[in-house]
Order: sequence, then C-alpha cells, then structure tokens
Amino acid sequence: MKFRALALAAAVSAVGLTSATVSTAAFAQAKEQFFPVLVYRTGAYAANGNPWANGYVDYLKLVNARGGVNGVKLSFEECEFGYATDRGVECYERLKGKGATVFQPLSTGVTFALTDKAPVDKIPLVTAGYGRSESQDGSVFNWNFPLLGTYWVGADVAIQHIAKQAGGLDKLKGKKIALVYHDSPFGKEPIPLLQERAKLHGFELMLLPVAHPGVEQKATWLQIRQARPDNVLLWGWGVMNSTALKEAQATGFAREKMLGIWWAGAEPDVKDVGAGAKGYAALTLQHSAEPNSKVVKDMLEMVHAKGQGTGPKDEVGSVLYMRGLISSMVAVEGVRKAQERYGKGKVMTGEQVRWGLENMNLDQKTLDGMGFAGVMRPVQTSCLDHMGSSWVRIQTWDGTKWVPGTDWYQADEKLLRGMVLNASRKYAEEKKITPRTPEQCKQ
Amino acid sequence: MLYRENGQFKTTYAADQQIFTIAQDKWFVLGIVAFAFLAVPMLADEYMFRAILIPFLILSLAALGVNLLVGYCGQITLGAGAFMAVGAYAAYNFLIRIDGMPLIGALLLGGLTSAGMGILFGIPSLRVRGLYLAVATLAAQFFCDWAFLRIKWFTNDSSSGSVSVSDLSVFGWVIDSPAEKYLFCLGFIVVFAVIAKNMTRATIGRQWMAIRDMDVAAEVIGIRPMYAKLSAFAVSSFFVGVAGALWGFVHLGSWEPAAFSVDRSFQLLFMVIIGGLGSILGSFVGAAFIVILPIFLNQFLPALGGLLGLHISTAAVSHAELIIFGSLIVFFLIVEPHGLARLWAIAKEKLRLWPFPH
Repeated sequence: MKFRALALAAAVSAVGLTSATVSTAAFAQAKEQFFPVLVYRTGAYAANGNPWANGYVDYLKLVNARGGVNGVKLSFEECEFGYATDRGVECYERLKGKGATVFQPLSTGVTFALTDKAPVDKIPLVTAGYGRSESQDGSVFNWNFPLLGTYWVGADVAIQHIAKQAGGLDKLKGKKIALVYHDSPFGKEPIPLLQERAKLHGFELMLLPVAHPGVEQKATWLQIRQARPDNVLLWGWGVMNSTALKEAQATGFAREKMLGIWWAGAEPDVKDVGAGAKGYAALTLQHSAEPNSKVVKDMLEMVHAKGQGTGPKDEVGSVLYMRGLISSMVAVEGVRKAQERYGKGKVMTGEQVRWGLENMNLDQKTLDGMGFAGVMRPVQTSCLDHMGSSWVRIQTWDGTKWVPGTDWYQADEKLLRGMVLNASRKYAEEKKITPRTPEQCKQ
Repeated sequence: MLYRENGQFKTTYAADQQIFTIAQDKWFVLGIVAFAFLAVPMLADEYMFRAILIPFLILSLAALGVNLLVGYCGQITLGAGAFMAVGAYAAYNFLIRIDGMPLIGALLLGGLTSAGMGILFGIPSLRVRGLYLAVATLAAQFFCDWAFLRIKWFTNDSSSGSVSVSDLSVFGWVIDSPAEKYLFCLGFIVVFAVIAKNMTRATIGRQWMAIRDMDVAAEVIGIRPMYAKLSAFAVSSFFVGVAGALWGFVHLGSWEPAAFSVDRSFQLLFMVIIGGLGSILGSFVGAAFIVILPIFLNQFLPALGGLLGLHISTAAVSHAELIIFGSLIVFFLIVEPHGLARLWAIAKEKLRLWPFPH
C-alpha cells in the first residue's frame, strides 16, 4: 500500500514539475546571440556525433574569448536527439522558444521535417554539407542554406575523381560503379546525380542499400564480390563505415578503389580498422584533419588551455571536430554579416541572420585572418546560390591518419545547376511557392 | 463524501446503460473534454502544442487501437508501427493521386487500408497464439519497412524516399497554426475514444473479451473465433492507421519509413502494458507516460543540476534519462502490474468510502 501511495505521489509530482519546467523554458535571453545546438552524443552515431558537437560548441566559446561578434556574446544550449526525427523536432520546438535565430539540424531527416516549418518561424536552417541538395536554389528555399556543398556536389566530384584516376571522363564507359548507401534520405540523396552521370558517360551504377545502423553488410559485400564493380562509393554514417571497411577487407576488395562521402571520412570510421583501411579515400568538403592550422592553435590556447574545452584535447583538429567548428563558423559569420547591415553590436533576429547568410562573402583574406588558411577556400552566397562554394578535396587514410590531397575539385556547375533548378521548381510547384525574382532578391 | 452515487436512481434501461453511470464521473469527463477544447488552446504555448500535446494525442489514438487488440482481444501484436506506416502512406497516396480528395477522407481511407492489412496479417492468429503470434506480426513490421523503402510508387518516386504533405484544410478551414492542429487531432481522438468505448461495451467487445479469457470456451458458447479475432485486427489496425496518418500529416509534415520503425511498435505495446491492458483510460495514461516523461526528464535533470550547482553534460542527461525511465517502468510494473489505469480505479474506490473508510 505504501508503495502505491509513493507511486501515485511520484506520478502527480512529475506532472506538476513538467508544467513548471515547460513554462519557465519560454523566457528569452537578453543581449546574447543564442545558438541552439542539436547533437547526438548517445546512440548508434555517438562516436561521430561527439567530435562534431565539441567542435561546434568550442568555436562558439572561441568567438566569445575573442570578444564576441562586435561585442555581442554568444550563448548556446545543447539538445540531445539521438538521430531520431521526432526527438529532433521536439528539440527544435524547445530551443526555438529560447530565441534561436539559426538552426543546424545535423540530420537529413530532421532537415526535411523542418523545411516546411522554417519559413513560418522565420529561422534559417543551415545544413553545412548535408540536407536536401535542391535547397541550393535560394529563390525557392528562402530559409535553407546548404553551405559549403551538398551531396550532389560530393557525388559529382566523386565521379570526376574516379574519371581522373581512370584517365578521363570518356574512360568511364562500360565501367561499373557501386554505391553502398545508408538506407535513409541521407543515403539516397546522391542517387539522382549519379544516375544522371551514368547516363552521360555510359557507366553502370549498382545501388546497394544498407539498413540502419549498418552492422549487417555480409549480403551487400557478397554482391560486390560477385559483380566485381570497378569502384565503390561509400555513403555511410557511424558504425556502418567501419563495418563496410572490414567487409571490404574480408572480401578482398581493394580499399584504394573505395571512396567515401565526408560523413564516411573521419577518424572514428577508420580507426578500428587501422592498417586494414590503408588507401581508402574520402571526400572532404574543403577541410580535412587540420591539427596544424592557426584556428586549432588558437582554440587550444584560448579555450582548452583555460579549462573551457568541451571535449578531450587530442580530438581538437580531427576531421569531424573541424566539421563542427566550420559549421559553427559559417553560422557566426552569417550573424556578423547581418550586423553590418542592421547595426553592429546588436542581437540579430532570424530574418536578419537570413539576410546575412544570403549575402555572406568570405574571401581568402578574411578566412586567413580568422585562422582558416589552408583549411578553407572562399565562400560567397547569393540569393540564387545558397551553397556558396563547391570546393572539394580528396583525403586518404594512410593507416594512422588522414592525409589531405593537394588537388581541389569543383562540381560541374552546368550539370548541377540544371538538376537543382529542376528539383527546386518541382518542389515550388508542389508547395505552391512563387520563386523570388532577381528584384525581390535585392531587398 | 463528494464522490458517491447515493440518491442517483436509474428509472430506465437507457439510464442504466450509460457509459458513465455515476453522475460525478460523467461531469468530470465532460469537464476534461471541455477544458481540452476550450481552455487548453488559450493556455498552452507553441512548444506545448507541437512537442507535447499533439504527439501525445496521436500516440494515444494509436495506443487505443493497440489496446483493443492486445488488451481486449488478447492478441499480442508487434506490428503496430507497420500499421501506422500503412495508414500514413496510404493516406498520402489517396491525397496526392486523387484530385479533390478531402483531408478527412484521405485519413479515413488510410485507416481502411490499414484495416485491410491488419486482417491479412491477422490471419496467422487463427492458428498461433501468444508469443508465436507476436513473432508473426513482427513480419508485418519488416514487410512494411521494406515496402516503403523499396517500392518507389508508394513514395511518389521521391528521390530521397521522404514524402511530405502541406496545406491541410477541412471544409475551407485551413489547419496551420499549432492550436488548430491540436484541435483537429483532439476532435479525432474524442470521436474515436467514444467509438472504442462503445465497441467494448457492445456484442463485439464482449466477444473479444471472451476470446481473450479463454478461446475454447468462447467457441463452445457460440462465438466464431475467426470473426472475433479478425474483427479485432481490423478495428485495431484502423485506429492505428488513422493515428499513423495523423502522425505523418499533422505532426511531422514530412516523413520517411524510419518514423514508423520497430521501435514505434515496441513503444506502443509498452504504452498499453504500462497504461493498463483492457482499459480505454490506460491508453491515454500510458501514452502520457511514454511520450512526456522522457522529455520531462531531459529538461528537468539539467534544471535540477543547476539548482545543486552542478553542470550535467548533454550525454549524461541522455543516459540518465534512459536509466530513470527504464527503472520507472520496472517500478510501476512491480507496484501495479495492471497498469497505471488501475491506480485510478483504486483511487476512485477509496474516494467512495472517504472520509469514513471503516
């Protein structure tokens, strides 16, 4: 009987406390630019989610240590969603109420779910290197910013790279290229572009889906062994990548013939396989592991040395850490640009940040000044191009570390533009959106 | 003292067969419904609607459907997520492929399609029962996951496999604000809850319960097991399918098969077990427990840490959330194996005697 009373009391007090916390959550913050941080530090993708989140948060701390954005300090709050779309939406709603002005969903599924909500809430969505590829067209997708490249850019460069190795695009004819992908919107994104390229150059595309989370790939690699493709593109995430590499090793598929997307090109993906993954290459949208760059040195000196670091010290400068850091940097630069127009030293609203992101112009000098020399190339966005840059490098795993290649690639503008416009016009028609005209863009 | 039916005389059969025979119960429930329809839209903010109330209502509807099958008819199912997916994708296809299809029509047709699938996957229940049936219904889950990932037609050839619905409207009423979405869902839940309650009091519900309690005996007294079991599968899948369609259309707006994974099936089954098998109220309590408690813990723990001057990392909060949530499930199952709804029933019995229990 006592137990029952206790249980009842617990249930009642829980309900009471929920309403209490929920109602206090609505207070807005003053004089600080608030950055919501969606993270997955637990679950199947935690090994990759952690460095990303640490990099993201550390950069915000670094900006604060450097004096904020024209004096405006940055505040942030993390929300754990474990890569589940419904929890991600819950996080969005929660952090939105706290004055979020720029949002990075960190999951293609959540990006899809939020794309319809962003225009209503007037919060720009930054999907640096992921998200939906057609959202590059800013005249339709006013609030989406797939900065620094999309999966279509990645897929396009992957084919260019394979062609270069083979000795030219015409050499692709008759080849067989397999795409081993995570069976989710993320993994399916590159397919339309690869199909287009396959038609153009006459190579055969094999599609091999792998179910979440990707630890069961025996059947997939058996198919590869039978069909003997010339190259394998790996569109994986988390534990799926190391499993794929181990399977490749087991089936004897040459790792030199494998090329991963940037989500499949970080330390946690290959570390377990170690020397077995030697020769495996991955795309990087601009940066690679950059332990010697100035921004990393600043980070160690101004944040980590003061005991403010979010994660372990030796992770600073690793691939995914840099990814988080750069994602954070472009969002902060959007705010800085917005301040140039709407008043320096003021807290920007979502609409103002949107303008900032759309008119961002980070030239090499600015980037070098911030410590990104050798890490990044210029980014310039416009109303029609919300992506800003399509620079890609190829990095190779040498058995102990990632070595960035020296060649810089760019996606084929003509091919990409046509596909983006087609897809975005189709979306506009479905959702009854009138694309902005060039005049409207100037406002 | 307050809660006592003394003096409430029933002079007709109709009065005796009311859903709530005690006046206090009736007014209490009507009061809650009125509160939900009139006061909540004015009190709650956007976060409350979108992150808590709407998911809670929709999953309550799904749990109600599962409860009809598991709690009333005794057929364990692990395919509820699949039937939600069928409802959502079928409603989506009806909406985009048929010009001028009204929203409610699409939702109900989605439910009917799901009912058809329910009957199909319910056929094994005629031969196998208990845990074996649970495994058989799991097949529905895997089949649907596969179908909606692979068969392009279902997703209207969307390249990413994600589909989306927007511009919801019913008879010219455009449903776009969170409060409107909430009211739309609430309308569905109230109607369906009344239907469910009445079904369980009618012949069909009594047949289900007879099958649940002892199927051989039920057959002996003239209940056709095939009809009873398959009707339970159909009705349950219909409810779950409509809930799935609402989940996709109203809550997510854009979804992929992962939204209806096997985790969802387990979640729904846990809702009815924790809430109370064979209880309409239990479905709501169970849904509240499973939907709201994790979110509450996730926000409450950092706040608690803040009070004590501790900074708890996001990962630690997330782990603690799972640990506490799991232990609460175990705790409630030990303390009250008949579910949280039983606690409410006990409270009512106590209240009847109060303040003179002896």
